[in-house]
Amino acid sequence: MMLTRESLLNWAMIAALLIVPVAAWSLDEPFIITLATKAAILALAGVGLNIALGLGGLISLGHAAFFGIGGYAMGILAAHAQNYEPLFEWPFLFEGSNQMPLIWLVAVVFSALAALVIGALSLRTSGVYFIMITLAFGQMLYYFAISWSAYGGEDGLSIWVRNEFPGLNTLDPIQFFAIAYVILCLALAFAARLARSPFGLALAAARQNEDRVQAVGLTPFTLRLTAFVISGAITGLAGALFADLNRFVSPTMLSWHTSGEIMIFVILGGVGRLYGPVAGTALYILLEHLLGGISDYWQIFLGVLLLLIVLFARGGLIGALAGREKAHG
Amino acid sequence: MADVVLKTDALNKSFGALQASRDVSLDLRPGEIHALIGPNGAGKSTLIKQIAGNLTPDSGTVELLGREVTALDTVARARMGLGRTFQISALAMEYTVLQNAVLGALGGRGRVFHFFRNVMKDPELLERARDALERVGLTDDANRRTADLSHGQRRQLEVAVALTLKPRLFLMDEPMAGLGTAGSKALTGFLDGLRQEAPILLVEHDMDAVFALADRISVLVYGQIIATGTADEIRANAEVRRAYLGEEDAA
Repeated sequence: MMLTRESLLNWAMIAALLIVPVAAWSLDEPFIITLATKAAILALAGVGLNIALGLGGLISLGHAAFFGIGGYAMGILAAHAQNYEPLFEWPFLFEGSNQMPLIWLVAVVFSALAALVIGALSLRTSGVYFIMITLAFGQMLYYFAISWSAYGGEDGLSIWVRNEFPGLNTLDPIQFFAIAYVILCLALAFAARLARSPFGLALAAARQNEDRVQAVGLTPFTLRLTAFVISGAITGLAGALFADLNRFVSPTMLSWHTSGEIMIFVILGGVGRLYGPVAGTALYILLEHLLGGISDYWQIFLGVLLLLIVLFARGGLIGALAGREKAHG
Repeated sequence: MADVVLKTDALNKSFGALQASRDVSLDLRPGEIHALIGPNGAGKSTLIKQIAGNLTPDSGTVELLGREVTALDTVARARMGLGRTFQISALAMEYTVLQNAVLGALGGRGRVFHFFRNVMKDPELLERARDALERVGLTDDANRRTADLSHGQRRQLEVAVALTLKPRLFLMDEPMAGLGTAGSKALTGFLDGLRQEAPILLVEHDMDAVFALADRISVLVYGQIIATGTADEIRANAEVRRAYLGEEDAA
């Protein structure tokens, strides 16, 4: 029962995502390791979105907001730490931080809070209005970041040295990859449990039939808002890691293109499939790397592929390879 | 007052020029099946929605278990013990039959905000769900996808999900619709026993079932209740015959 084709595929993917960078490390190919790290981090953002989109049926085109808030959490804390400028002096002196665990905590808390506010307002609507409102909130933050000159405005913020994690050398690509990979695995394990939990059952039921959920005495709005907050928090954590990968954060992380890209990862891999974002991100980065070498306009091919998947393989890559069976049974 | 499980008092509801409910007053007493009949377009669905909480009446009140609930939504009324089945099956189609029943059991128990434990391994919920499926005869179909069920089986599952809530009263909107003779008969027998557990307000087109089951029948025509009484009283009522049963008998 447990070892279905889909779970075999999932194990193969998560193993490949580990084996490729380790092999690259032994062959001294740091660029490949960086690509794998990018894949792991973007997949994490997708795992976050997939909780709202796949499980809850919430088509959010504003997840760049949470990704960017995570990025700016890293950028702001690290910028103050590197410039020795206190972030605030009251109620206690705080000079920013270059410690990843603290940065992650701040990223998660602030993106969760943003998701709570955005979700509470957006979830009063549904369908196309929900898409437009989440898009609008994302763009609001994007333009705010552009005009926020204290933190680089349009140019963004550069961090000279990657932040630290106790006991590890984060400047070593393989060690930073390990951090991203472990967090991705933890997020996947969490998403798997969530999908099978009482909350997950009720949330996915609200996507399928709202009347039914109300008739058994459960409130779809509360379920969805909770999912939206969890989803935003995970995507925010990915944003902090992504900024650390590039040692750079800019308003681009908040733009609606980013929201679209995260959604493309999920759709390519398979909406609602637990490992969909992993498959989708890996495919995206592979295409970017292989086709990007052929043409600057490689996204034309991506567009064609996306079209084919939407038209003929609704379950995405995983659906095409493993069949209709749902990830959250 | 305490003897009445559900009571509507002078409900009025209009949609533009169409008055779908006119001074509708009815009640549901413990242990009874109260059938609501009426021709198409009589306002049965509008009335059901006001009782369940989907629609707010323009005037009048709804009382549930002695408490006025006119301002409460569907979720609050469900939590108070109103178990509803829908005219058009409202089920989670991607789920298995058992998952739908577990969802009902979960709603009935509350405490949905658990993120880690496996809901399909919760013995309390499973027992409640399996028990309800057994009572409607869906035990063998527990692991089938709901979307693959026949129409009649979906009707049975609707009833099973309502049972998992252990409600104080049932609100059933055409549970027999499309069931076929055998299925209809089986469900009639089941509902007959169910009234001891909780009274049923039954909207139904199947007249054989209504006259076999109902302790009382209310007849709704053009949004208005023109008669309430036992099966014999309704059969003998000239106004009802003219408005409604005449067509049925001729058919």
